[in-house]
Amino acid sequence: MTLPIYLDNNATTPVDARVLEAMLPYFAENFGNPASVSHLPGDHAAEAVELARRQLAEVLGGRANEIVFTSGATESINLAIKGVARANAEEGKHIIACLTEHMAVLDTCAYLEQNGFEITYLPVGGHGLIDLDRLEAGIRPDTILVSIMAANNETGVLQPIDEIGRICRSKHVPFHTDATQAVGKIPIDVDRMQIDLLSCSAHKIYGPKGVGALFIRKFGPRVRCEPIIHGGGHEGGFRSGTLNVPGIVGLAKAAQLATDELPREAARLTSLRDRLVGGLQADLDEVHLNGHPTKCLPNTANLCFAWVEGESLLQGLATLAASTGSACSGANNKTSHVLKAMSIPDLLAKTAIRFSLGRFNTAEEIEYTIGAVAEQVRRLRRVSPIDELRTMMMKNTNQRGIIHT
Amino acid sequence: MIRYSEKALLHYRCPHNVGTLDEQIARVGTGVVGAPECGDIVKLQIQINDNGRIIEARFKTFGCVAAIACSSIATDRLMDKTIEQAMLISHTELASELELPPEKIHCSVLAENAIRTAIENLQHKNDAARTAESPSTKRGR
Repeated sequence: MTLPIYLDNNATTPVDARVLEAMLPYFAENFGNPASVSHLPGDHAAEAVELARRQLAEVLGGRANEIVFTSGATESINLAIKGVARANAEEGKHIIACLTEHMAVLDTCAYLEQNGFEITYLPVGGHGLIDLDRLEAGIRPDTILVSIMAANNETGVLQPIDEIGRICRSKHVPFHTDATQAVGKIPIDVDRMQIDLLSCSAHKIYGPKGVGALFIRKFGPRVRCEPIIHGGGHEGGFRSGTLNVPGIVGLAKAAQLATDELPREAARLTSLRDRLVGGLQADLDEVHLNGHPTKCLPNTANLCFAWVEGESLLQGLATLAASTGSACSGANNKTSHVLKAMSIPDLLAKTAIRFSLGRFNTAEEIEYTIGAVAEQVRRLRRVSPIDELRTMMMKNTNQRGIIHT
Repeated sequence: MIRYSEKALLHYRCPHNVGTLDEQIARVGTGVVGAPECGDIVKLQIQINDNGRIIEARFKTFGCVAAIACSSIATDRLMDKTIEQAMLISHTELASELELPPEKIHCSVLAENAIRTAIENLQHKNDAARTAESPSTKRGR
């Protein structure tokens, strides 16, 4: 067992050796530019990219010419939301998202709000799920896009993507899903789930950082989307810029491996995750699981250790690499917007730790983690003014009319 | 990850003066400061002797490494001080002793507020006791 134990796989993952092996020839050997049509090195690079495109399309359930390679999920999301908004602005300027989306979606929506678009943010219930009736009722004649994430990065909560797809299709509104945390972890099929746009990334599934893709539906119905990066008309005009050939090869290989191994790996991770949660809850009082008990990614457990602030807990766990929330907001000490949207009281939200397991975690590591976390929680609870906090929280929850503990 | 000084980490790992004093005792002052939405809650208590000198200081803190470390050194500094001397303890000296990064200065402010609130509580209790005591003793005799 090597330390620290990496339990932050929703932030990023190491590149799998098989992925790295697939990528290596495309740095120095087959270095050609796929846009060079006049020589063999260019042809070889183009062949590699088109093979990767077919592989990724197969994984997602679409067709190769519906895949656009990007620099990552954030760019894919920007292209999906801004691209659809601009292309359809004459039809309407209303977009529906939800409160627990990643900042890549929320900040993009906020930008559009400053530019004359109106955004409806669907609330979520205590388990983090949106209300489908509210979604259906929220779709208006001027709604041009619905963007709901497939799996939440902080809690692992799975939204009912197929139901959302059905509702959007019946109302003739394009449906985008941020599937960054979902691809490779749960089965995805853009046709069966009636998804019109899907964003994903390589580095969450043991591929390299800096590469991702956007699925844009071309067939039944075709999605209208404008590019946001101009300059040469690569990727069918959707995304200009010389292609990241090794990255694209790595993305496709990573997606293929994750999908091939999905049934076995999902079962293994579920059992490790359940052991982690069960072990901590058996060792310690007042450990609360945030999110949905079953509608959840196999690898994610977001736990509140009542009365112990998250940062101080992690500081005492130098042998573990976990996080208090999303890596993207790790720099500031704000309460998670995801937990807030789930009506979790501030004092409890401050105690949340996200454990996100991955391909290389073992049962031995999970046992070690349970012991180490329980010991630190016990120590820090002795330092914590629990009686005062309990009184504050009772007041707080009574005001809000909800009891969470 | 925030880089803390060795001293801050030491006080976080082995904090001094963790505990509670009996609030019923007249010479004990209690300060609970912080807000749930900010995330740090400090409970700091002091006990004085007949001469008005601090003989005990205790704390319990819910918060980050800096909040715990500031509470720990604040209680250390309160020991054997008079109330007047205790009022002079400032957040800047706590922050500089622990070499806190700028984004953690508010933790030292919280500890300073906890000291002042505990002192105010002590003074308030003594004032209340005095006003309650004087007429009743007269009546009694």
